[in-house]
Amino acid sequence: MPEKIKIAIAQGATCSGCDIAVLDLDVELLKLFEVADLTFAPLAADIKFKDVEAMQDGEITICLYHGAVRNSENEHVAKLLRKKSKIMVAYGVCAAFGGIPGLANVTSRKKILDTVYDDTATTVNPEHTRPQTHYVSPENHELQLPELFEEVKALDDVVDVDYIICACPPTREMNVKLLNVVLDFVNGRADLPPKGTILASERTLCEECPREKPEKVIIDEIKSVDYTKLDPDKCFLEQGIMCFGPATRAGCDSKCIKVNMPCRGCMGPTAAVLDHGGSMLSALASILKVSSVETELPEEEIEKLVEKIKDPLGTLYRFTLPKSLLKRVVKE
Amino acid sequence: MEDTFKPKIIVFCCNWCSYAGADLAGISRLQIKPYFRVIRTMCSARVDPEWILEAMRLGADGVIVAGCHPGDCHYIGGNYRTRRRIALLRSLLKQFGLNSERLELAWVSAGEAQNFADTVNNFIERIIKLGPSPYRKAKQNVPAASDSKEVVDA
Repeated sequence: MPEKIKIAIAQGATCSGCDIAVLDLDVELLKLFEVADLTFAPLAADIKFKDVEAMQDGEITICLYHGAVRNSENEHVAKLLRKKSKIMVAYGVCAAFGGIPGLANVTSRKKILDTVYDDTATTVNPEHTRPQTHYVSPENHELQLPELFEEVKALDDVVDVDYIICACPPTREMNVKLLNVVLDFVNGRADLPPKGTILASERTLCEECPREKPEKVIIDEIKSVDYTKLDPDKCFLEQGIMCFGPATRAGCDSKCIKVNMPCRGCMGPTAAVLDHGGSMLSALASILKVSSVETELPEEEIEKLVEKIKDPLGTLYRFTLPKSLLKRVVKE
Repeated sequence: MEDTFKPKIIVFCCNWCSYAGADLAGISRLQIKPYFRVIRTMCSARVDPEWILEAMRLGADGVIVAGCHPGDCHYIGGNYRTRRRIALLRSLLKQFGLNSERLELAWVSAGEAQNFADTVNNFIERIIKLGPSPYRKAKQNVPAASDSKEVVDA
């Protein structure tokens, strides 16, 4: 039996759903703990940063970092764990592509602070107090708070990342896959996959979708998923529902599709694509029906047609805004 | 303003109509302000929305996508896809904080040299009025995660 490897689970700007996803390994966890020790996992074990700082560089074998990077603490954790870990995994879509916290890039740091500390209906703050990053209390206690950044970033914008696991949260099957990669490595059965590997399929979700595949998809208009009765066997796009299958990486076992919900794109784009939203936009615009009077249609009619798609930015870049081409909203 | 600000404008032209129209504009020696670069594609529908976003990211001040008139597409229906994509892209760019006037769809046939010259000249004038693209401007001085991936001592 070789020496046990060390595992860390680090948190960035996260909802901690990824921590729960690791626990979802249930009985497989026993297999994991046969070969591994959990050295750093703030949600599960009591450990302080100074304990990690005291470790040797590269002492942790594998670190799963989940959550985006949006304040100085996130950045510190990412850099510290990168230094102490041999393998850094961007775990979950927030670490991989910015995820839901990444949608903060549609606004600015100032606007976020204004909303939270002034504008909400239940806030009373006549002096417009803002949290300070450094404060010494009258009793001489020094208090520190992390600095909120202007932009949300994905993990690999800040540190080198070895492997990426997408999805929100990563599924049990993906965890088992990762676990087997780790087990094979520890037991000397196989080498680690090449750096930069995304542990999922190289194809799009449509390829593995269990639904009936129509020859050609043509729809009159985009409908809302909330107000439409959904056929469990028919392609969502054919029913006029926006489904991210054509632009999204497969490897999630079509979990949402199987429970009659369209894909929202949490696996991110495939390797061939520069921009998840742009790719989906292209697919979506192409299936809108072309009528026999198309040559007579003025551009205004076309604009009305696409206006049915509410909030294109939030929908198309729900999980990938910080990793999109334009990255953030600007002000003209 | 016009003396100092020279916009960078990308014009995607389809091979069959608009590029020929642009060519004719050149042969006819029509005067067009020199602030645009033409990229030829086989069809206006070949212009991936990603390319337009990439152009914007790299600091293009405006993008024109020019194709055959409705009904004239060499591939029968390519330009119908284009007009849907561009309409959706314009509303997306608006959300990104860009003026949607920075993206224009134009129908230019192979014989419409004057139309090409006018479209580009008017567009350039409009962009000069709008000023440089905000994606081109320098980053503001605000706290941000450092760009260097170098690990500092903890």
